[in-house]
Amino acid sequence: MEYVYLGAVLGPLLGAIIAGFFGKFIGREGAHTVTIFGVGVAFILSLITFNHIVLNGAPIYNETVYTWLISDGITFEIGFLVDSLTAMMMLVVTFVSLMVHIYTIGYMRDDPGYQRFFSYISLFTFSMLMLVMANNFMQLFFGWEAVGLVSYLLIGFWFKRPTATYAKLKAFLVNRVGDFGFILGIAAILMYFDSLDYATVFAAAPAMADATAKIAVGTEWSVITMICILLFIGAMGKSAQVPLHVWLPDSMEGPTPISALIHAATMVTAGIFLVARMSPLYEFSEVALSFVMVIGAITALFMGFLGIVQNDIKRVIAYSTLSQLGYMTVALGASAYAAGIFHLMTHAFFKALLFLAAGSVIIAMHHEQNIFKMGGLKKYLPITYWCMFIGAIALIGFPGMSGFFSKDAIIEAVKLSTVPGAEFAYWAVLLGVFVTALYTFRMFFIVFHGKERFDKHTREHLHEPSKVVTLPLILLAIPSALIGFVAIGPLLFGDYFNEVITVLPEHDVLAKLGEYYTGPFAFILYGLGWPVFLALAGVAVAWFLYVKRPDIPEKIKQRCSGLHDFMSRAYGFDAFNDSFFAGGSRGLGRFFWKEGDAKLIDGVMVNGTANAVGHIAKFIRYVQSGYLYHYAFVMIIGLLLMLTFFV
Amino acid sequence: MSELPLLSIVIWLPIIGGLLVLAVQKAGDDAVRWLSLGVAILTFLISLPLFSKFDTSIYQMQFVELHSWIPAFNINYNLGVDGISMPFILLTTFITVLTILAGWEVIKKKTAQYMAAFLIMEGLMIGVFCALDGVLFYVFWEAMLIPMFIIIGVWGGENRVYAAIKFFLYTFLGSVLLLIAIIYLFFQTGNFSILDFHDVKLTLTAQILIFLAFLVAFGVKVPMWPVHTWLPDAHVEAPTGGSVVLAAIMLKMGAYGFVRFMLPITPDASSELDWLIISLSLIAIIYIAFVALAQDDMKKLIAYSSISHMGFVTLGFYIVYLIYDRTGSVAGAAMGVEGALVQMVSHGFISGALFLCVGVLYDRMHSRSISAYGGVVNTMPVFAAFFVLFAMANIGLPGTSGFVGEFMIILATFKANFWLALLAATTLILGAAYTLWMVKRVIFGEVANDQVAALKDVNNREFFILGILAICVLWLGVYPAPLVDVMHPSVDHLLQQAVQSKLL
Repeated sequence: MEYVYLGAVLGPLLGAIIAGFFGKFIGREGAHTVTIFGVGVAFILSLITFNHIVLNGAPIYNETVYTWLISDGITFEIGFLVDSLTAMMMLVVTFVSLMVHIYTIGYMRDDPGYQRFFSYISLFTFSMLMLVMANNFMQLFFGWEAVGLVSYLLIGFWFKRPTATYAKLKAFLVNRVGDFGFILGIAAILMYFDSLDYATVFAAAPAMADATAKIAVGTEWSVITMICILLFIGAMGKSAQVPLHVWLPDSMEGPTPISALIHAATMVTAGIFLVARMSPLYEFSEVALSFVMVIGAITALFMGFLGIVQNDIKRVIAYSTLSQLGYMTVALGASAYAAGIFHLMTHAFFKALLFLAAGSVIIAMHHEQNIFKMGGLKKYLPITYWCMFIGAIALIGFPGMSGFFSKDAIIEAVKLSTVPGAEFAYWAVLLGVFVTALYTFRMFFIVFHGKERFDKHTREHLHEPSKVVTLPLILLAIPSALIGFVAIGPLLFGDYFNEVITVLPEHDVLAKLGEYYTGPFAFILYGLGWPVFLALAGVAVAWFLYVKRPDIPEKIKQRCSGLHDFMSRAYGFDAFNDSFFAGGSRGLGRFFWKEGDAKLIDGVMVNGTANAVGHIAKFIRYVQSGYLYHYAFVMIIGLLLMLTFFV
Repeated sequence: MSELPLLSIVIWLPIIGGLLVLAVQKAGDDAVRWLSLGVAILTFLISLPLFSKFDTSIYQMQFVELHSWIPAFNINYNLGVDGISMPFILLTTFITVLTILAGWEVIKKKTAQYMAAFLIMEGLMIGVFCALDGVLFYVFWEAMLIPMFIIIGVWGGENRVYAAIKFFLYTFLGSVLLLIAIIYLFFQTGNFSILDFHDVKLTLTAQILIFLAFLVAFGVKVPMWPVHTWLPDAHVEAPTGGSVVLAAIMLKMGAYGFVRFMLPITPDASSELDWLIISLSLIAIIYIAFVALAQDDMKKLIAYSSISHMGFVTLGFYIVYLIYDRTGSVAGAAMGVEGALVQMVSHGFISGALFLCVGVLYDRMHSRSISAYGGVVNTMPVFAAFFVLFAMANIGLPGTSGFVGEFMIILATFKANFWLALLAATTLILGAAYTLWMVKRVIFGEVANDQVAALKDVNNREFFILGILAICVLWLGVYPAPLVDVMHPSVDHLLQQAVQSKLL
């Protein structure tokens, strides 16, 4: 199987290299053929892996590929850990990536950077696979930063746009703040476990449960809590949790296919994957779990609110992504890791679908993204309409859709959780259901129903995009609708994650939930409670406000202009970061440079020394005037002084 | 000795080659260039067996040469390398080939002298890395300043004389103290062998004085805060090749002095004053990173970035005492020292590459100012790809060489102290900020002006130089084991010396 895993990783890498370096020679067709072939191979090998590990129940694969370096008795390796969690992530990543590759043929058809784009998204697939298949923290960090690099390159893909180059820099720097915590977490692991290998560290974790470290004078920190929180800071960066979420809305500057692939389905869920993978550590720190849960709950609710005031179709979905990532994080905090991963998977399908459908709308509208310049598109884009509809009802958790199962499981799990903060988190995710339905269908109704708000010229050219665009939509719509139904049993209440995810008995909310579980149909019936009611209420309110009485939102906006303003500025995070961190750093830099280096060191110390030598020399030059009477005068004075002293 | 005296050959071949270049300068610039390139490549090839035939299982000096030089004072011509110094000889011979190429069409004035200066400097720098006699070391150390002084002073920018003199005075000031320390040690041991210096017992006061003398001498060269201000000036005025050698090799000599002289000769003083080195290192990492953020001159920015990165090197060397005090063993410290050595090699590639990149732009537009550029990617896509790659290496992206050393040092520093690691790790954010902000302003965006619109992408020669460096940066990032394996016994031995008290 080693060759299968290597092939899955190297296929996309080779595709990226060929398309990147030889794009000119192989042309556009060559570039998309070679990269789609590479990712296609990875997808097939992922299917084989899934079959091997999950369906045939092969033992967990954990082997080294090569030794990166050995220092101080610590071996740093590149290797693969393939278990049921990895197999599922590989499948999700390569499937969505393959869909996005195909879709890109249509979406980027006229772009001069065609080959470059394919090279980047294949490179991304390689990096993401390295991340999920890592068997040690060093390689995890490699994948982590590599996906960050590709994200940086792709957000700024249209490098002529100032907003895009700004957004890419912002995304990289904010992620680096997370990585700052992450790398310290890795250092802490090495210090206390003497290894960076997952298996070794996890095996030793229970023994470290009560270990403490003296970090600050007079206090002792639990080692596991420190490690978990440091690692989670990394996750907060990548998975865009408050307050490190600020980069994700801006990342929408990138072309839509990568918004679907990187900034919705895969990369941003790396943080969720990380915490689930580290469940053997997180289980031993209730403080860390509580921290995770509260951060997730804040993100889930408050980022959802912002979705209601966005006018850009991609930004609505971006804030929805933030909010849904919050849901996953809450699940992790409740020790319902499986539910978090389950939601990660369903979200990957329906959110990729929503983004690609939005992209389809954007192409049809000639790159218009403002939803208030659309309207009534249903009759022009029927396939897109129905695919978007499936994505939307999956997102809001309509009973039977994939999102229903995963989201309801999270809400129920949080309800049962006893971790501090669980009550707040419960209300946040419950209320979030209403908010989700409201912003989703607000966008949906404004775009597809109601009056047409575009000119005649646009209408004449309005038609469904080509098959390469609609085919991935349809292929993504299928799992968006059905996967929850199939997967909930084994994933949440079966033995899918045995030996992979560790949950202590006292935290095991999913086991408690499982006591009532008798099958997906029963789950639907059992779940027909507040969440479903809230979701439908959200849809109804959206319909009333944006289809029936479109005059009301305007009035609300005017009545609460202060609140609306505050929300339009996304609670002021950006303004604060820009003036405090960015401006402050630049100011501090200038201060250190002008006052420290230039004035103090160079001015006073260096040139000061030179000047001092010059001044002394000047003074001494006066003394050595060469006139005899000067010397005679000094001699006489000297003689007089000596006489006064000694005589 | 039956074997060839490899070290002598790699020292003297380029020096004699340099003199030869001067002798044949009338044959025309082309002949001069090809001859210089031939000498540089030959030297590089001859230096390769130093790596391939190196015995990685012992810490002792290898390829040793010992001849009496001035018997009256027991001064010997004594050469040898261990796992710490050997990589830098290869780095020097390698970088010199690239600098000769980098000056190919660019240097039109006094080509022969320019090439000769680089070749002679190469030999002298190699001499510094393999001298095992204090006086021999000092001679190479001082002699090396002269070609660099000339390179900055003759082929430099507008303010070259100020920069050259500042460079010379600064380093010379340090060197005087170095000489005093070496002579003091001679009176204690009766000869000038550096390895004998390692074993001599000294009182704490003597150690501290020697330590401080060394610190000034080597600290200026590294350079450490607050004696760093000569470096940005020197870089700005130096021609591209000069900047490359300065950043890639000369800075490493200061750091090399730390491990060859300070840690083994004055271990007790090092232990007493490690807080001083660590504080200065952290100031370099953080304070200098902020200063870099404020620069508009690309060369200055990279120069400040160099200082910040060298702060990591000195930090990696001096965390050993904190770890030793805490755990009673040196386990964990070797990662810091090895990380620092890897960082030195890696920084040689990356800073060299970045200065070459700035040189490519400067040759076309005669400006180093960030604000003069913008949207370079539109007219120079290949160059832009290289620039972004080296920028990413500069901020320590995994998969590039810049990551390896930084990662190892942060891991090791965490063992010493949480807060130190926390401060050091801020480089992840600050380094990315100043480097990528520069990239954003220079490379991306719309074409900023007519000059940028007229830019031509890299030619074959430039592509070749940057391509080779790109391969080195990636290779070392993906597979650093061969480089690190060379160091193990020497670093372990060094750490034993560093924690062994030798008080009188």
